[in-house]
Amino acid sequence: MAATATGIHHRSYASELRLRATRAEYVRLALLAVLLVVVPFVMDNYWLSIINTIFIAVIGAVGLNILVGYTGQISLGQGGFLAVGAYASVILSDRIGLPTPLSIALAVALTAVVGTFFGLPGLRLKGLYLAIATLASQQIIEFFIRRDYGGFLTEGRGYINVDRLEVGPFKIGARSVFEFQWYWILAVIAVLAVICARNLFRTGLGRSFMAVRDQDIAAEAIGVNLTRAKLTAFAVSSSFVGLAGALTAHYSEVVTWEKFTLEVSILYLAMIIVGGLGSVAGAVYGAVFMTLLPVLIRNVANAASGSVPFLADQLPAIQNAVFGAIIIAFLIFEPRGLDRIWQRMKDYFRVWPFRY
Amino acid sequence: MSTFLNLLVYGLADGAILALAALGFVLIYKATGVINFAQGEFLLVGAYMFYTAFVVLRLPMVLAVVFGVVVATLIGIVIERLILRPMVGESPISIIMVTIGLSMLLRALVQMFYGTSPMSQPPLLPRTSISFAGATIPLNRLLVVLIAAVVLTLFTQFFRRSRHGIAMRAVADDQQAAMTMGISVRRIFAMAWALAAVSALIAGVLLGDISAVDQNLASFGLLVFPVVILGGLDSVPGTIVGGLVMGLLSQFVSGYLDPGLATVIPYIVLVLILLVRPYGIFGETRIERV
Repeated sequence: MAATATGIHHRSYASELRLRATRAEYVRLALLAVLLVVVPFVMDNYWLSIINTIFIAVIGAVGLNILVGYTGQISLGQGGFLAVGAYASVILSDRIGLPTPLSIALAVALTAVVGTFFGLPGLRLKGLYLAIATLASQQIIEFFIRRDYGGFLTEGRGYINVDRLEVGPFKIGARSVFEFQWYWILAVIAVLAVICARNLFRTGLGRSFMAVRDQDIAAEAIGVNLTRAKLTAFAVSSSFVGLAGALTAHYSEVVTWEKFTLEVSILYLAMIIVGGLGSVAGAVYGAVFMTLLPVLIRNVANAASGSVPFLADQLPAIQNAVFGAIIIAFLIFEPRGLDRIWQRMKDYFRVWPFRY
Repeated sequence: MSTFLNLLVYGLADGAILALAALGFVLIYKATGVINFAQGEFLLVGAYMFYTAFVVLRLPMVLAVVFGVVVATLIGIVIERLILRPMVGESPISIIMVTIGLSMLLRALVQMFYGTSPMSQPPLLPRTSISFAGATIPLNRLLVVLIAAVVLTLFTQFFRRSRHGIAMRAVADDQQAAMTMGISVRRIFAMAWALAAVSALIAGVLLGDISAVDQNLASFGLLVFPVVILGGLDSVPGTIVGGLVMGLLSQFVSGYLDPGLATVIPYIVLVLILLVRPYGIFGETRIERV
């Protein structure tokens, strides 16, 4: 009689450090890779645009999860940091004339610096105080981009039109191929971002982040440099966020302050809560879920608008209500999010017919 | 001089309302340890409940106030029971997020039922103004300060003297010790949320009367954070001082410097306070142990 697997047991440190332990995981990875390659050839432009938005959201959510989920430093300043990345990259490339990849890289660096600066209160504050401090940083950054003193950011227009992306001799083409070409750029960057984040938590630095989250005083006692760990977490996280902001700007080709409000911060927090705090895969699931949700609600409301016109009229309010309700429901019923649900499903089949 | 007097009265009125809103916030934090990001939405819901009773149902003002208070109490209790109680013992991040979700839900519900345009509500307080030292001072702002002062005094006396108030302070101090003395912690939690909803209702109705009953009431509510950080998260007198300081500060900045800057100056002050004295002026310094 064949033995039944009871779980995954590691017998060496090397096997525990591996990103993938079982054959099923390799199979799923291969399927995902095939899916990523096939998708742009079968989807139309509308769906490609949604998928492109998801890629950007994935980068931002992974970044936020490094800070909130892995290091335990709650941040409501996501929108502000996205704005820093977006404005910096656009001003550097379009107005100063740097090549776009360089301007994006500089924008990422600048966002890391700004993020670290606003992380400074995090050295003394935690939990709710930090939430309030980052709320303040969000309000302050939002105010400055909205007010735009001296017209430095938008030259007095209130928005910036961004030139079509150009990298060396390559230029993104007309509308018919626009989404298709962006798909490849964003897919590669998002996959790289996920791989980076995944590997970060196999290093000592990443593990020190988790130690700070679990018990910061105890972490300090076993030799984690608390100042360094917290500030690095802010820097790493906001550089991901800055990258997402810069990509948003170049992809959507217009930058306004409305894209970087407190609601955006909350949306990203919702992504990592729904996906699963402290899990890179969770951030990805959350980004996919929260980006598809409004599309789904819109389609349902439009489909039902014939019989229930109330739904279509109240669409924004209904979307917000569903968002709020989903955040609450996940926190109460499954605080560890979609990632945990997925794990449970896998465990159920792996150890079947036993319950655990 | 007349500008100064005007700004002073406007600032005091704003500050008094902020103090009321912040009072509810501090109540919840003190008794249950929850940071309530939905406090602004409590103002919003309170103002709309009163509007429903007063304008839609055409109740007399006193009955409308009673209706509003009853509904606010119920909402507070229901929210505590259904949403916050399952979250007892969770990490601060989760609790903050659940109140953020609650705030989105409440605001969306109000928008669904009442739309986004401001509601027209007949003035509750007289719109006349009095002349004093060369300035025309609107009477309703003075009355707002007066009403808020009365309500705040009542709440303070409630905590000092009444049985329930003392029980609440006991729970805030040490939940387990309070339990062993026979205090029902659950009832105190429910009471904290109900009282917070009521104080927010009063703040919302007053604010709706001097500005307008619309969605902006909720964004005004975000200003409770600078107020409570200045005063100390767990201090009732701190909310009064903090509220008045923030109200006056934003009115003076708006009058003398730049109205846009006035919306953000409280947050700049907030960051400075957090860097210098994180526990606020009257807050209790906590020592943390592993």
